[in-house]
Amino acid sequence: MLAKSLNRIGVVLILLFFSISAAWAETNPIWSQASSLFKQASFDKTREAVDLLANSSDPQAPVALKALLEGQLYQHKQNDSLAIIVDSTTVDVSTGQTLSTVNKDSYRKIPVNNTLRKLLRSKIGGLSLSSPDPKVRLASATGLLETVTPEQLPQLQELLGKETDPQVKDALNLALQLAALNGSDQAEKLTALKALEGNLNPIIRNKLASLTSDADTEIAKAAQSTLRSIESKVILNGQLETLFFGLSLGSVLVLAAIGLAITFGVMGVINMAHGELIMLGAYTTYFIQRLMPNYLDYSLFLAIPAAFIVSGLMGILIERTVIRHLYGRPLETLLATFGISLILQQLVRTVVSPQNVPVSNPSWMSGSLEINSLLSLTYNRLYILAFSLLVFAILYFVLRNTSLGLQVRAVSQNRAMARAMGVRSARVDALTFGLGSGIAGVAGVALSQLTNVGPNLGQSYIIDSFMVVVFGGVGNLWGTLVAGLSLGVINKFLEPWAGAVLAKILVLVFIILFIQKRPRGLFPQKGRAAGD
Amino acid sequence: MLLNNKLKKTLLAAGTAAALAWSSLSLAADDTIKVGVLHSLSGTMAISETTLKDTMLMLIDEQNKKGGVLGKKLEAVVVDPASNWPLFAEKARDLIEKDKVAVTFGCWTSVSRKSVLPVFEEKNSLLFYPVQYEGEESSKNVFYTGAAPNQQAIPAVDYLMKDLEVKRWVLAGTDYVYPRTTNKILEAYLKSKGVDEKDIMINYTPFGHSDWQSIVADIKKFGGEGKKTAVVSTINGDANVPFYKELGNQGITAESIPVVAFSVGEEELSGIDTKPLVGHLAAWNYFMSVDNPANKEFIAKWQEYTKNPKRVTNDPMEAHVIGFNMWIKALEKAGTTDTDKVAEAMIGLEIPNLTGGTAKMLPNHHLTKPVLIGEIQENGQFEVVSKTPEVAGDAWSDFLPDSKPLVADWTGKETDGKPCGNYNTETKKCSGQKYE
Repeated sequence: MLAKSLNRIGVVLILLFFSISAAWAETNPIWSQASSLFKQASFDKTREAVDLLANSSDPQAPVALKALLEGQLYQHKQNDSLAIIVDSTTVDVSTGQTLSTVNKDSYRKIPVNNTLRKLLRSKIGGLSLSSPDPKVRLASATGLLETVTPEQLPQLQELLGKETDPQVKDALNLALQLAALNGSDQAEKLTALKALEGNLNPIIRNKLASLTSDADTEIAKAAQSTLRSIESKVILNGQLETLFFGLSLGSVLVLAAIGLAITFGVMGVINMAHGELIMLGAYTTYFIQRLMPNYLDYSLFLAIPAAFIVSGLMGILIERTVIRHLYGRPLETLLATFGISLILQQLVRTVVSPQNVPVSNPSWMSGSLEINSLLSLTYNRLYILAFSLLVFAILYFVLRNTSLGLQVRAVSQNRAMARAMGVRSARVDALTFGLGSGIAGVAGVALSQLTNVGPNLGQSYIIDSFMVVVFGGVGNLWGTLVAGLSLGVINKFLEPWAGAVLAKILVLVFIILFIQKRPRGLFPQKGRAAGD
Repeated sequence: MLLNNKLKKTLLAAGTAAALAWSSLSLAADDTIKVGVLHSLSGTMAISETTLKDTMLMLIDEQNKKGGVLGKKLEAVVVDPASNWPLFAEKARDLIEKDKVAVTFGCWTSVSRKSVLPVFEEKNSLLFYPVQYEGEESSKNVFYTGAAPNQQAIPAVDYLMKDLEVKRWVLAGTDYVYPRTTNKILEAYLKSKGVDEKDIMINYTPFGHSDWQSIVADIKKFGGEGKKTAVVSTINGDANVPFYKELGNQGITAESIPVVAFSVGEEELSGIDTKPLVGHLAAWNYFMSVDNPANKEFIAKWQEYTKNPKRVTNDPMEAHVIGFNMWIKALEKAGTTDTDKVAEAMIGLEIPNLTGGTAKMLPNHHLTKPVLIGEIQENGQFEVVSKTPEVAGDAWSDFLPDSKPLVADWTGKETDGKPCGNYNTETKKCSGQKYE
């Protein structure tokens, strides 16, 4: 009985063996070559294997290259067969068949490095200048710029004739001019130089710079004049870029300071816990993202009102329990709120974690808006600049045009008179402080997109916030806006020649000197409200 | 005033007496070998150092299960210097004087090490320091189990130069001693390799810098001039995330301008969104992803000890593992816990490291270590792209004119018979240590 079943197993095994070897025999011999190259686990050999696969006509070759690029190509540790493993499905590369139940531990991942990734992308890209997707065509055309040779001229002209997308057309045109510059025909070179005038692509600029020392004086001269026409544009773009950087840094300062402009500026409370209210807003963003991991792109829209409510309520709590007992005693307010800031920090350390938490950027906030190849504005900064202006406008409207705003201004100008007119000053105090704190929370949402979210987030912004409010003039919203933006711009124009460390110091010294000259800041309050 | 002083003296005397009584009591209570663990458990450095404290406790626990050493059990004495540099010195003094520890494992930042150095030398006690540092030091009482610059920075630059054919260099760092010294060494090294002054850009930023726009734009411009460019980053801690984010947003990828970092490891990556970092590089002597039985076993033990199957391991942890195992071996060899005898026994010891090689303690109190370059993956781990054989740690860099003639040898072979950590081969003098 036993012998019989053993026999049967033997037959099955033999049959299995034959069918496997038959399957091997059918596949293209390049696969066994490639796997023996991959097996040697050196990047040089892997490169050879990539070349081999790229030059083969096997329909599975591009699939394998793509998997290798994405780190999904594995090799079996014993029989060397190649497989693509994504999550829990394993696909044999040479046949394209899904393998059932394999142990992932018996496979070794084929490592790639940056050089290989670049090679892979160009091998995959080489096949796609004729791709139906204009994005792929554009990427391959721009990739071509670095390697274009005169031999490719006819091929490029043919492609250009068929091209319909304007952006791809531009890129192909550039490649064409570069191919001409790389060639040997003088007339062609000169026309190419003429056509390239004012072009901002850095690859072109480097090529021109090398041509200025060309043996042919005519070409060297033409290259120089083209280069000059480019240079002035480069400087202008550089200035515009610095201005944008300055405005965006300024917008962050405005956002961080604008809540303080209300609590400190309008109410006169020195709130050292302002930074921690910003931090709470940032943590709210983190928790909202945790709650809706599948809707990261929209999470910020929910985080903004949530952060406003969380920080606002915390602000009202602080005002009702601590600050209202200390009105008119600035030193004690300062110490008490400093204590609160430490408590809030430690609270977050104990409850959440002492480590930073990851907040992801929604996809619409990553990347940059390319104006030309020298000037591109990053989306996250652009949105935050617009967002800070929006917050400013809303706040300005609330203070100017609503009854709450009217009461806030009345109480801050003359508390006794406002009470005599029937304003419930205690309620107004709480609401004003809540408004200022809520705005700090909203600033936290924006900051979570730029910097680390951790217990120390607030500390790094508190000094900057006070600086902006004092510089702009206490009690003046416009002052905060102008001061924040101008400090940002000054900082960024100083940075290139002074370095980041010195630029910050210089700005601080500048503010100290300025306050000596004008103690009430840029836009001092006038009249009786000034309180002197 | 007089009364006040008298009162103080009396109190002090009473305090000392109490402390003495307590320590003699604890000595009498149990005959163990005490091991000091001097890592910050609170304050800014707690994030990194708490892990090392846990590592030490695990190692001591494990050794005790094997029956201890020299017939005695080990006892950990954990103190918290709270990321406060002068407090490090005070706590170190307490460990040596009051707790009578045989050895101390501790410190992370260079400034904390500088703060405790005089204490360990005065009291003649041993310190194992597990973190990569700027070099330019060799003390009789310290064993440096982390990397010296020639075991991390220089091999990383070599890799970029040879394998990626980098021609232009951005040296970006946070403004303090480790990046400043490392960049000075790298600048001298690059120049010795024929890199032009124009092709090196050096940039320092304050701690926790978050507005990287103009610096990244400068790097982009610097890299757009037709030569392959790389960034060598000694940027510390928190500032890394906004830096990599800005690189991603301005369209700089690891393929166009790779960044190689010396302070970004598994532990740092576990708390952040790694998407913008994928493909960038880091240089260490150990990666958690290294496929090796010893490493697998260590990771399994660590995750079991911390009861967290996702807990990561990192380079300074491996340094403590090597340091601890070596110290045990030295005790067995010397047969005593006497500082001088153990220090002598340490030199020349060989211990397998966790990446399949061997760590050897050199006469200058540094280790031999392999240098691994890894690419950051989306899961927060590193894919090793280059590995060198073991490199001998050099206490005094050969690329700085001041330290070029200096050698450290605590056996006295290279220093004319007198053991010295700071021997000038030109003037034939041992100038002792400098503490700044």
